[in-house]
Amino acid sequence: MKERKNKRFSRIREMFSGIPALGWLVGALVAVIIEYYFGNSLADFLHMDRLPVLFGVVVILKRPLDIPGAFVYVMLIYAIPIAVVARLTSRLMNRIAGFFDRLPLWVSAIVHLILLYYVLSVWTDLSDYRLLILKLSLIAIMVTLSLNVINGYMGEFSCSHPGFMALGAYVSSIFSVGLFVNDRILGHALLGVVPAWVGQLVFPIGLLLGGAIAAIGALIVAIPSFRTRGDYLAIISLAFMFIVKSLFDNLGFLGGARGLGSQPDWATLPTIFIWAVLCIWTINNFVESTMGKALNAVRDEESAAESMTVNTRKTKMIAFMFGAFWAGIAGGLFAHVLRYVNPGTFGLRKLAEVLAMVYFGGLNSVIGSIVGAVGFNLLSEMLRPLEIIKWIIIPTLLILVMIFRPTGLIAFKHFDVREILKPKLKAKERM
Amino acid sequence: MPLLQVKNMTHYFAGLRAVHNYNLTIEPGEVHGLIGPNGAGKTTIFNLITGVYRPTEGEITLEGKSLIGLFPHEIASMGLGRTFQNMKLWRHMTVLEHVKMAHYSELTYGLVGAFFGTAKRYKEEEEIEQHSYELLRLLGIENIADQNVLNLPYGVQRKVEMARALAIRPRILFLDEPTVGMTPEELKEMMDVFRKVHEEFGLAIFLIEHRMKVVMELCEQIQTLNFGEVIAEGTPEEIQNNPKVIEAYLGKEEVE
Ligand SMILES: Nc1ncnc2c1ncn2[C@@H]1O[C@H](COP(=O)(O)OP(=O)(O)OP(=O)(O)O)[C@@H](O)[C@H]1O
Ligand SMILES: [Mg+2]
Repeated sequence: MKERKNKRFSRIREMFSGIPALGWLVGALVAVIIEYYFGNSLADFLHMDRLPVLFGVVVILKRPLDIPGAFVYVMLIYAIPIAVVARLTSRLMNRIAGFFDRLPLWVSAIVHLILLYYVLSVWTDLSDYRLLILKLSLIAIMVTLSLNVINGYMGEFSCSHPGFMALGAYVSSIFSVGLFVNDRILGHALLGVVPAWVGQLVFPIGLLLGGAIAAIGALIVAIPSFRTRGDYLAIISLAFMFIVKSLFDNLGFLGGARGLGSQPDWATLPTIFIWAVLCIWTINNFVESTMGKALNAVRDEESAAESMTVNTRKTKMIAFMFGAFWAGIAGGLFAHVLRYVNPGTFGLRKLAEVLAMVYFGGLNSVIGSIVGAVGFNLLSEMLRPLEIIKWIIIPTLLILVMIFRPTGLIAFKHFDVREILKPKLKAKERM
Repeated sequence: MPLLQVKNMTHYFAGLRAVHNYNLTIEPGEVHGLIGPNGAGKTTIFNLITGVYRPTEGEITLEGKSLIGLFPHEIASMGLGRTFQNMKLWRHMTVLEHVKMAHYSELTYGLVGAFFGTAKRYKEEEEIEQHSYELLRLLGIENIADQNVLNLPYGVQRKVEMARALAIRPRILFLDEPTVGMTPEELKEMMDVFRKVHEEFGLAIFLIEHRMKVVMELCEQIQTLNFGEVIAEGTPEEIQNNPKVIEAYLGKEEVE
C-alpha cells in the first residue's frame, strides 16, 4: 500500500521534474490571466462573498463553510492551469531556456524578471489588499536579506535594523514631503508639487539619501563595536535602535510621536520590484565574491582570517554599513507605501519581526531570506482572522523551526541564478 | 640583511612573563626549529611576531621593516605566512574557498567589483583560482577542491591549512606543530611537503615541533625554550648533546 503511494508520488514528481523556471512562470502567467478575467465570476458561481485573495487560506479560517468553494477555486484557477501549461509547454520552454543559457546570464535574468513582474502585476491588479501585501513582502525581503548579511554571513548579532529603517524612512520622507508636498507639518513644498513621472525620477535620490544616512548611522555603531571582540555589537546596536526611536519621538518639527504623513504615492509596484531586485543582486554578488566570503572567514575563525591577509575590521565595517544602507532604502520605500511614518513602528516589535524572518528563512542564504520574508508575511496575513491565536501559532512555528533546523529552513545555500534558470532534464533522462 | 630579525623581545601577560629577552635571526631560505616543553612560550613567540600580541619590549623586523604595531593582516601581506596549532579552518567553507581567501590582499576590484560583479572582478577571481589550484596540486588535494573542510580526515585538513598559508605567497612560513596527531604515513607525506615548498619556493621556515625526529631532520638551527627563555641554541647535533636541553626537555618527553 505504502509502496504504491510512493510510486504514484514519484510518478507525479517525474511528470514535473523536466520543467524549467520559464515554464512555471508562463504557467503562472496563464493562471493569473484566467483569474483576472474569470476569478470574480467563479467566486460568485461558488457562492463565495468575494474572491479568495490569498489562495483561500483566510477564507478557510474565517468561514469554514466556504472551504469546498475555496478548494475548487484554487484548483481551477491556479493548480490545474499552472500544471497543465507548465507540463504541455515543457519541451518548448526547455528549448527556449537552453537558448538563453548560451547567452550572458543577465539577458536571461532580465527576461525571467520581466515575466515574473507581469505575473505579480496581473495578480495584484484584482485587489488592492494583495498589492499591499506584495509590496510589503518585497520590502521585507530587502530588510531580511540585509540583516542576514550581518547576522548570518558575518555571524554578529545586530539589533539596529529597525533604527536603520527609521533613518531611511524619515530622511526620504523629509526629502519627498519637504520638497514636493504642501504639508501641515513640513510646510510649503520647497520645490513645488510635481507630476508623478517627475516624482519617479527624483524618488531614487530621496531613497539613496536615506540609505546613505542609515549607513552613516551604521558607522557610528560599528566604530565602538568592532574595536574589540565580543558581544558588544548586540548591546550597542540595541541602544542605537532605541536612541533613533526616541530621537524621532522628540523631534517636534517632524511630527514627534504622532508621525509624518502625506508622502507622495511614489512607491509603485514597479519601483519597489526594481529596488528589491537590485538589493538581491548586489548582496548576492557581494557574498559570492572572495571579498564577501571574508565575512564567513571572520565569523568562523577571525584570527585565521587576519593571518591570511584579510582586513577583518574593514570587512566587518563594510558589511555592516552595506546592510544598513539596504535597510535604509527599504525603510524609505516602506514609508512611501504606507504614506505615513511614525517612530512607534520601528521598535522592539519590528526587531522581533525582522529577526524572526532571518532565522526562520535561514542564515547565510539569499534564498532563505526570500522564503523567510515572503513566508512570514503571507503567514502573518493568512492567520490574521485568528487574532490573538496568531501570536501563539507563529512563535510556536518559529520554535519548531529552531528545534529541527537550528540555522533556519534554507540555510547555507548558494543562490545560483544560472542553475535556477537553466533548462531541466527529466529525472529519468538525467540518469 | 636578514629576512627576519627579533631583538630582545619580552612579553608579559598581566604579570606572567611568557617570553624573556628573545632573539632570533633567520636568513632567506633557512629552516629554524623551536622546541621546548608545554607552556614554554613557543606559540606566544609566534603570536608576537605575527602581530596577534604586541610585545612589551623588543624589536621585530622583516626585511628591515619594523613589524611592531602592525595588524596581523598587514604582516601577513608582507610575506609572513603561518599555520596554527589547532588549525583554525573555516568550518563552512570549501577547500578551494580557503585557499582563495588567503589571496584577499591581492584583490583590487574593490567594493564596486564586489557589489556589481564587474569584468575585472571575474578576471581577478579567475586568477586567484588558478593559483589556488596550483597549490592544491602541489599538495595533492586538487580532487577535493569543492568539499567542505569539516568532512575531511585530519591529515588532509592539515594539508588544506598548509595550502592556505602558502597562498599568501610567503617568504617565510611559521608552522606551529604541523604534524601533531598524524599517522606515520601522514607524517611522511607532510615531511615531503615541507621539503617541496622549501625547495620550490626557496621558503624560509620557522617550525615549532614536538617530534624530535622531524626537527632534527629538517632544521639547520634549533632553539630550545624553557619558561620563556632560550636555554640552548645551535645545530641539531649541538642541541641533541646539550645537557641543559636534555634536562629541561628531552629528559621529560619521550624521544621518538
Ligand atoms: N592570551 C594569553 N593570556 C595569558 N596567558 C597566556 C596567553 N597565551 C598564553 N599564555 C600563557 O603563556 C605561557 C606560554 O604559552 P604558549 O601557548 O606560548 O606555550 P607553548 O610553548 O606553545 O606550549 P604548547 O606546547 O602547549 O603549545 C603559558 O603559561 C600560557 O598559559
Ligand atoms: Mg603552542
